[in-house]
Amino acid sequence: MPQEFKLILKHADEPGYTPDIECYLRHGGYEALKKALAMKPIELPDGKTKSPQEQIRDDVKLSGLRGRGGAGFSAGLKWSFVDRKSGKPIYLICNADESEPGTFKDRQIIHKDPHQLIEGMIISCFANDVHLAYIYIRGEMPKGAKLLNQALAEARAKGFLGKNILGTGYDLEIYVHRGAGAYICGEETGLIESLEGKRAYPRIKPPYFPAVLGLYMCPTIVNNVETLCHVKHIVTMGGAEYAKLGTPNNTGTRIVSLSGHVKRPGYYEIEVGKVTLGELINHPNFGGGLRDGRKLKAIIPGGSSSKVLKAGEKFKLKRKVDGKDVEVETDVLDLPYDFDSLMQAGTMSGSSAIIVMDDSVDIVEALANLSEFYAHESCGQCTPCREGSLWMSKALHRLTHGRGRKNDADYLEKIANNIPGGRTICAFGEACSWPVQSFVAKFRDEFIAKGAADEERNKQAAPAKEKNLAAVH
Amino acid sequence: MSFTVPPNLEAEIDELITHYPVKRSASLMLLHAVQEHFGYISQEAVEWIAKKLGLQPINVYELVTFYPMFRQQPVGKYQIKVCRTLSCALGGSHELYKHFCTKLGLDPHQHGLQTTKDGKFSVEFVECLAGCGMAPVMMCNEDFYENVSTAKADEIVSQCK
Repeated sequence: MPQEFKLILKHADEPGYTPDIECYLRHGGYEALKKALAMKPIELPDGKTKSPQEQIRDDVKLSGLRGRGGAGFSAGLKWSFVDRKSGKPIYLICNADESEPGTFKDRQIIHKDPHQLIEGMIISCFANDVHLAYIYIRGEMPKGAKLLNQALAEARAKGFLGKNILGTGYDLEIYVHRGAGAYICGEETGLIESLEGKRAYPRIKPPYFPAVLGLYMCPTIVNNVETLCHVKHIVTMGGAEYAKLGTPNNTGTRIVSLSGHVKRPGYYEIEVGKVTLGELINHPNFGGGLRDGRKLKAIIPGGSSSKVLKAGEKFKLKRKVDGKDVEVETDVLDLPYDFDSLMQAGTMSGSSAIIVMDDSVDIVEALANLSEFYAHESCGQCTPCREGSLWMSKALHRLTHGRGRKNDADYLEKIANNIPGGRTICAFGEACSWPVQSFVAKFRDEFIAKGAADEERNKQAAPAKEKNLAAVH
Repeated sequence: MSFTVPPNLEAEIDELITHYPVKRSASLMLLHAVQEHFGYISQEAVEWIAKKLGLQPINVYELVTFYPMFRQQPVGKYQIKVCRTLSCALGGSHELYKHFCTKLGLDPHQHGLQTTKDGKFSVEFVECLAGCGMAPVMMCNEDFYENVSTAKADEIVSQCK
């Protein structure tokens, strides 16, 4: 039977569990940090020694942990890119700018168990020789920022943070930095610019890979809240043991944010790949199915930027059967909820946020809603994205306000195809195009029917006015 | 109008600046601190912050115009932010937004932030507030509310004294 597996959220929702340090300590808090700080260098067969820091970094690599923010990139590999020979300080930033529509998992950690994040951060900082770190929290979480500040003060008072942590000689300071309502700050180089006190214009890569030229042009690690929490558990369990959770190449647990038309929306922590998309939506342990009398229409599987999936869609998934690679036809609801399966289905698990839409949804309206979001949030730096996201939103606004056209589907597709693919500095170009491309491709009939009906009606009502509307394009 | 920063706010600001190896980094935190105290960011505030951080006023002003949370005009004593994005829209945020507007005598069809004549309430649609599973969600000043029905909305309004 598919069920939750609570690692990160083990205690968060227990009755009586509070976000203060005493409660955290009663539940085994900061033991992983003590373990990490007490690690001894290991003598290797070739006579070299492996420092505790290297041991932790190798363990994170061994654990197979992939970033929980959206890209799903190997956390261990990300750390291994850090330029440790530059002589410059290394910074670590926790990305708590949770703003991908559909996602509300980091909110739970920050508000219910802030010390878990802080412990994960201190260990990660120790492992990477970081002495100054920041938590970049979105501006719309003022209470979260206060809770984190309070938690940091408590950790400082107990000697887990500050100068000479637990008498080991290791110094670290962590500060909370608040964003101010811009989605683009979730993009790591935009976040860094914002933390430098500038507009959050993402930087071009190369050369500005944060691991080399990040905050103040120094090597910088940017990790998601949930990712940093996992580091604590990797130290507790050991990387090899952690890697047994989940499925190969998709290890550990993940907190899934489930919203939209299910009976039990909410956040559910699962072993990655052990539960299918269909189970997350329909099983009584999770979403509990659609509202009565409704049928599934579409699923956004990994935050609003991920490509939409249509009910009934089939995919060819590569599977290993008796050691051989075979392709298995898989229904959308049977897709294991992990990084690789969703990628094979042409979409992504992104920030693990599932938005479910039933047959009461006007799919054109849904896309118009998302496109308005992207038009509002484009930072404006690159022309294809700044203009394209607005054009798409305007066209969809027309289409949802009785002024659509038969060829709007083609028009939207044309714009969406011309934004991404290296034409913009950051992946926002992709993020705003993918929903449009996938919605239009998979629900083309609905877009055409709506546009054609408008065109017909407007032609009969006021032919002259229709001509004037060409100016909107 | 003269712009005076009270000593306790200035002390808070001076402390914030110490968090960063480069002063300019403190810009957003200073803007938050000033906006929390004065309710909005005036031209004088921009100039004051710039001076404090050794920047040109444009370096600060460009932040005020870029980041949606910063205001250049006073807003209502109670700022109601209703989430507009998809999950909340599916959960009834448009009805909620209209309800607030109608109840407070504002135009539900007007785009952008609106403030009641008595300056007590501001209402606006904002983008995803990261509460999608508890849709529709909203904020009233610093307080975050989930599963907001129109009845709950009335209750929230009645609690604003």
